[in-house]
Amino acid sequence: MDLMTKITIFVLAVFVGFEVISKVPTTLHTPLMSQTNAIHGIVMLGGLIVAGYADDGLEYAIGAIAIAFGAINIVGGFMVTDRMLGMFSKKPKPKAGAGGKGGGT
Amino acid sequence: MSAPLAVFEPGGDAATALYIVAFSLFIIGIKQGTHPTTAKRGNLVAAVGMAIAVVTTLMLDGIGNWGLIIGALVVGSAIGIVASIRVQMTEMPQMVALYNGVGGGAVALIAWSEIRHGISIGEDLPLDILIPILFSAVVGSISFWGSNIAFAKLQDLIPTRPLAVPGQQVINALLLIGILAACTVTAINHDDPSQGLFIAILLAAALLGNLVVLPIGGADMPVVISLLNAFTGLAAAAAGFALDNVALIVAGTLVGSSGTILTLEMATAMNRSVANILFAGFGGAPSGGGGGSGEERPHVSIGAQDAAIKLAYADSVVIVPGYGLAVAQAQHAIKEVADELEKRGVTVSYAIHPVAGRMPGHMNVLLAEADVPYEQLKEMEEINPEMSRTDVAVVVGANDVTNPAAKNDPDSPIAGMPIIEVSEAQQVIVIKRSLSPGFAGIDNDLFYEPNTSMVFSDAKAAASEIAAEIQQL
Repeated sequence: MDLMTKITIFVLAVFVGFEVISKVPTTLHTPLMSQTNAIHGIVMLGGLIVAGYADDGLEYAIGAIAIAFGAINIVGGFMVTDRMLGMFSKKPKPKAGAGGKGGGT
Repeated sequence: MSAPLAVFEPGGDAATALYIVAFSLFIIGIKQGTHPTTAKRGNLVAAVGMAIAVVTTLMLDGIGNWGLIIGALVVGSAIGIVASIRVQMTEMPQMVALYNGVGGGAVALIAWSEIRHGISIGEDLPLDILIPILFSAVVGSISFWGSNIAFAKLQDLIPTRPLAVPGQQVINALLLIGILAACTVTAINHDDPSQGLFIAILLAAALLGNLVVLPIGGADMPVVISLLNAFTGLAAAAAGFALDNVALIVAGTLVGSSGTILTLEMATAMNRSVANILFAGFGGAPSGGGGGSGEERPHVSIGAQDAAIKLAYADSVVIVPGYGLAVAQAQHAIKEVADELEKRGVTVSYAIHPVAGRMPGHMNVLLAEADVPYEQLKEMEEINPEMSRTDVAVVVGANDVTNPAAKNDPDSPIAGMPIIEVSEAQQVIVIKRSLSPGFAGIDNDLFYEPNTSMVFSDAKAAASEIAAEIQQL
C-alpha cells in the first residue's frame, strides 16, 4: 500500500469515527470507552506478526509479551464491556419488594 | 518451522479483504453502542470482528513459532478473563486504565521489534515506515507508563493528590524536545538507525509518561485515561502504517476519535482546557486547605432521622450523586432510599453531572448496577430547569459540581463551570463527611445557605440509615 492510500484510509476513518461516536449518549460513555479500549487491542496482530516471524531470543520475548499484553487488552476489554452492558439490559424483572440486591458477577 | 495454517499471503488480497470485514464489524459494533438495548449485541459484533482479524493474521503464510504464540495468547487471555470477572463496577476506571496501558505497551514493543528487524537485515527503512514506527514507539511508551500511573493512583497504590517536583514543566518540555531531537536524528540516519538511540527514545518517553500523569489529581484521572486511550489508538494506527495493515489503521483511528471526543467533552463539562488539566497541577494549590480555612461559617447539621422526615414528606426529590458516592460504594444504599420514597409516592430522579464519577458515564454504570431505571437518570441540562420545582435535592458525595460560586462569583477558580443548580430547590440535604473543600480546593457556598442541611456521615452509612428511618415513619 502506498503512503497516500494509507493516509486516505486514515482521514476517512477519522470522519467515520467522529460521526459514529458523537452519537453515543453520555449514559453509555463508560462502556464505549471500555469497548474502544478493547478494539485498540488489535495491536496484538502486530505482536503475532513479530512473534510469528521471530528468529532470535529477544524477538521471541518481545513478541510473546506483546501478544500477552494484547490478549489481556482484547479479552478483558470485551468481557468487561459485556458485563457492564448486561447491567443496562437487565431491566424487565418483576419488582419484588426487597429485591434490591442485584446479584453481581 | 513452517506454518500449518499458511493460507494467506501477507499483504495479499484475501487477507486484506478479511481485515476489511473485521474493521467494518468494529464500526457496526460501535454504532449499535448508541442505544442501551443494542449495545450488548454491538460489543459482541466488535468482538467477532476482532476474532476474524486475529485468525486471519494467524493464517498468514510464514507465521511460525506456534508454541510461543499459543502460550502467550493463553496467558494473556487468562489474565484478561480473571480480571474482567473480578473487577467491581466502581473500579472500572482503573481497569480501563490498565487495559489501555497494556495496549500501549504492546505497541511500543512492536515498534522496537520493527526497528531491530530493520537493523538486523541491514535494510534501509524508508521514512514512510520509520516515522510511524517512531510515533508508535513514543506514544505507546507514554501511554503504557501514563496509564500505569493512572491505575496506581485510582487503585490508591500511590497518593491521588498531585505529586510534582520543582521545575516539572521545564523537565517535561526538555524531555519532549530531547525525544523529538532523537527521533529526527534517527529519521535522518534512516539507512542505518541506531538501536541504542531508539531504546533511549523509549525510555525518555516512559519517563515523560510518568512525569505528566504524576502531578494530576485523582479527580482529573477520567480525562487523562480518556486522552491516553486516544493516544494508544493513534499509536496502533501508526503501527498499522508501518505494518501495512488496514485493520490496524482503521481500528486505531476509531479509538483515537472516540478518546478525543470524550476528552474534549469532559474538559468542556469542567470548563477547563485539556492543557489546563494536564499541566496546571490543579487542586494541589491550597496545601493547608484540608480542614477549612480558619473562620467557621454557620451551617445547619441534621441527623438521619430529620433527613428521612424531610424526604418522606416531599413530593419530588432529586438525588445528585458524585465522586464520593462511587468511593463509598453507596449506589445500592441510595437506591434503597429511592425505593422507600417511591413506595410513599415521592417522585425520585437522579441528576447526573457530565463528570460525576471517575469517568464519563461512570455514574450511569454504577446506578445501572444498583438497578436504577434508565429513565430516572437526568442529564444536567434536563434537570436544572426543574430544580426550582423540586422539594428536596439530596447531594451525595458531590461537591464542586453543586457549588453556586461557579455561577455567582466571577472570581472563583471554578467560575463558569456548568453546575447542577441544587440551591434552586426548596431544600437541600448534603451528605458528606465534613465541610472540607472539594477537589477544586475551595469552600462550597451551598453548605452555608439557609435552606441547606448537612448530614455529616459516610455516604453509604447515611443512606442506609435514612432508608431505615423512612421505613419506620
